[in-house]
Amino acid sequence: MKKILAGVFGVLLFACSIYGQEKPIAFINARIIPIVGQPIEQGILLVQNGRITAVGDARTVRLASNVQIIDLQGKVIMPGLVDTHSHIGEGSGADGSSPIQPDVRLLDSLNARASSLQRAQSGGITTVNVMPGSGHLNSGQTLYLKLRDGNIVDDLLIITEDGRIAGGMKFANGTNPIRTTPGNFPGTRAKSAALIREQLVKAQEYREKIRKAGNDKSKMPPRDLVMEAFVEVLDGKRVVHFHTHRHDDILTAIRLSKEFGFRVVLHHVSEAWKVADEIAKAKIPASIIMIEAPGGKLETMEVSMTNGAALEKAGALTGFHTDDYITDSRLFLRSAGLAVRNGMSREKALYGMTMAGALMLDLDKRIGSLETGKDADFIVLSGDPLSVYTHVLETWVDGKKVFDRSDPKDYLIATGGFGATTDREVHIDCFDGDISGGGN
Amino acid sequence: VKNEKRKTKSFILICLTLFTIHYSPFTVSAQIAVRGETVWTMTGEPIANGVVLIGANGKIEAVGAANQIKIPAGYKTVSAKVVTPGLIDAHSVVGLSGYLNQPHDQMQIDNSSPIQPDLRAFDAYNAEEKLVEWIRGFGVTTLHTGHAPAALVSGQTMIVKTFGKTVDDVVMIPTAMIAVTIGDASLAGQGRSPGTRAKEAAMLRAELIKAGNYKGEPRDLKAEMMSKVVKREIPLLITAQRAQDIMTALRIAKEFNLRIVLDGVSEAHLVINEIKASGFPVIIHPTMYRAGGELENLSMETASKLKQAGILVALQSGYETYVPKTRIVLFEAGLAAANGLSQRDALATITIDAAKVLGIDNRVGSLAVGKDGDVAMYDGDPFEYTTHCVGTIINGQVVSEVVR
Repeated sequence: MKKILAGVFGVLLFACSIYGQEKPIAFINARIIPIVGQPIEQGILLVQNGRITAVGDARTVRLASNVQIIDLQGKVIMPGLVDTHSHIGEGSGADGSSPIQPDVRLLDSLNARASSLQRAQSGGITTVNVMPGSGHLNSGQTLYLKLRDGNIVDDLLIITEDGRIAGGMKFANGTNPIRTTPGNFPGTRAKSAALIREQLVKAQEYREKIRKAGNDKSKMPPRDLVMEAFVEVLDGKRVVHFHTHRHDDILTAIRLSKEFGFRVVLHHVSEAWKVADEIAKAKIPASIIMIEAPGGKLETMEVSMTNGAALEKAGALTGFHTDDYITDSRLFLRSAGLAVRNGMSREKALYGMTMAGALMLDLDKRIGSLETGKDADFIVLSGDPLSVYTHVLETWVDGKKVFDRSDPKDYLIATGGFGATTDREVHIDCFDGDISGGGN
Repeated sequence: VKNEKRKTKSFILICLTLFTIHYSPFTVSAQIAVRGETVWTMTGEPIANGVVLIGANGKIEAVGAANQIKIPAGYKTVSAKVVTPGLIDAHSVVGLSGYLNQPHDQMQIDNSSPIQPDLRAFDAYNAEEKLVEWIRGFGVTTLHTGHAPAALVSGQTMIVKTFGKTVDDVVMIPTAMIAVTIGDASLAGQGRSPGTRAKEAAMLRAELIKAGNYKGEPRDLKAEMMSKVVKREIPLLITAQRAQDIMTALRIAKEFNLRIVLDGVSEAHLVINEIKASGFPVIIHPTMYRAGGELENLSMETASKLKQAGILVALQSGYETYVPKTRIVLFEAGLAAANGLSQRDALATITIDAAKVLGIDNRVGSLAVGKDGDVAMYDGDPFEYTTHCVGTIINGQVVSEVVR
């Protein structure tokens, strides 16, 4: 009975088919790169109700008579790209008042109609970890988003199995949080570590109080947003996304995660090539950014474009990010191309753009590969994903097309030009009429 | 005693220098044959199985199909899948701007005054800057660099080759252009002038009038340089992003009968006819520049649209203040090729057409007899992300053998 009610409720709630078409669609004749499993020539991807219902070829996939067929002869399909670290959506995080602000949520600042989100769609990104601010030890809570077409942040959220809004926690070390002017910000690396440890020790004590209180509400400690957020970190519910460049800073991040048992993804890791074995041994994932020249700041003077290759060789789980606006979301696939140029294997580079990111965001059961039952998040490419000449032709999220290069409006977003950076118009599903005219 | 010490010091220095030259990893002697499965000469169709001979004087002696050119005895032979002319970065700040991005290596802009045409690029260029080596490893052999587009008249630019120890070793043209910027980037702020676009134009016009009246006495270093502009000896490199700023540049050029090169021009696609009619060449912003601020309307297709209109177009690595500290013109041209330009035309924006825009096409930009022996070598389509630059040659000397 419960299930039926939930079903009815679901139909009502999603009558506008937020989660995709009810009629099955078969994408046929494409080269399919499923990421998990070998590429399929003349493949078939079957999608219904926002999910992948089959992946294979004419021998393995049977098409029902009501299926809508889209012929993608000569094209390539691969999973939607996962950007593990971006600043699209005009979101903000912590302010300048203190170096540690885990209570601040990017959720409370995102502009869901920002053109930067559309640009990311046009680059084939379907899931993104939007990071708050910069220049703190802890800049606040990050937000994992699906790049659906939406008007408000709620339209883009990912809800976890236990009902939480999916997101992580942004940490940083090295010179990023250090300030030389006197105040409450750290002045050295050791001070940075000490300040974070102090807060996490407090969080351990806070958690212990809650545990001891059990069901006795009178013994519960007063609500503390900072502590609550850090308890989620300690409990592994909120993965730490750690901005870190130099090899010694990378090791500090690993050391802290071991001491407090928090789960961590290392970001940027400019000197990963120096400590790739240590990263792999600690079984900690690393997300890299491909920048075409060294420097720009002291901590990246020894950045190497071989980081991907070094991490792969060491056996570390390696993903990619744009750090948009540092690199352009529209050109995210370029990261894989440049990584392969510098010694990474083709397979691991493409895995890094998709499945590795999904694993880093705890979304590997839903996204990251083209497998039956997973979300229908995929992209259609004009050719090989590693070629400069290849364009993203279509981006699909939850079985809905959110970018189509053949649509002039989307084309403008993809290539730029007059008006390409203005906010998206209000998007309304199930409504084809003129908004100002009052509908039809 | 002091003198003795100095002599000993000098002796050691000379020995070290000789040692370095002798044991330099790079081939010093010219006389080199460069073979390529595809040779993009940029003078005509690419040559299949071609060869480029570079003589002892560092100049190109012969270019043609391998079966028609005999490689003389004693020539070192190097080969690659694809051979192109050494690449030209038509506008950069590299060498004045260093990779560390610290005050001591950021010499591209002085903010003490909005008009400083007397600032010479060659008094600031660091030939051994890491970024110079870095771009050389991608095949860039010629660099137009200098003061940044960050003040109304920020200073001079210069043209160099990307290999050599000192600025004197590398200089091709010591004063190539005077860098002028019209738009947001030149606004001085804090109540100082220029505080508006119109004020920028008024100040620039006043400076040009002053230069026109300059008689040489008493010497005025600023007026001395600007008078060369007025006399059409040196062009202005006018960076203008917004359409109205491009039009201001054209208006002032017409008023004073100046030679100018338009730079940046992120809204050029809105005033193509006007640019075409002016006859001035254009150095477009990097294809991958960020779309924001006064560059919000930039397009990856601008190079293609301007080329189609018959405008002479070069690409540039541009001015970066953060990460990446420089862009690579090879990649910028590659993306232009993915957005409307033919492969040949895209390559032209960083070789022969760049040379024409800079007025150095008698020396570089194509593989032709008598030109400098500057060559870039690739193990595939130069524009592909997964292709590597496998060698760079300047004046017949192999100056980079890294695989990058």
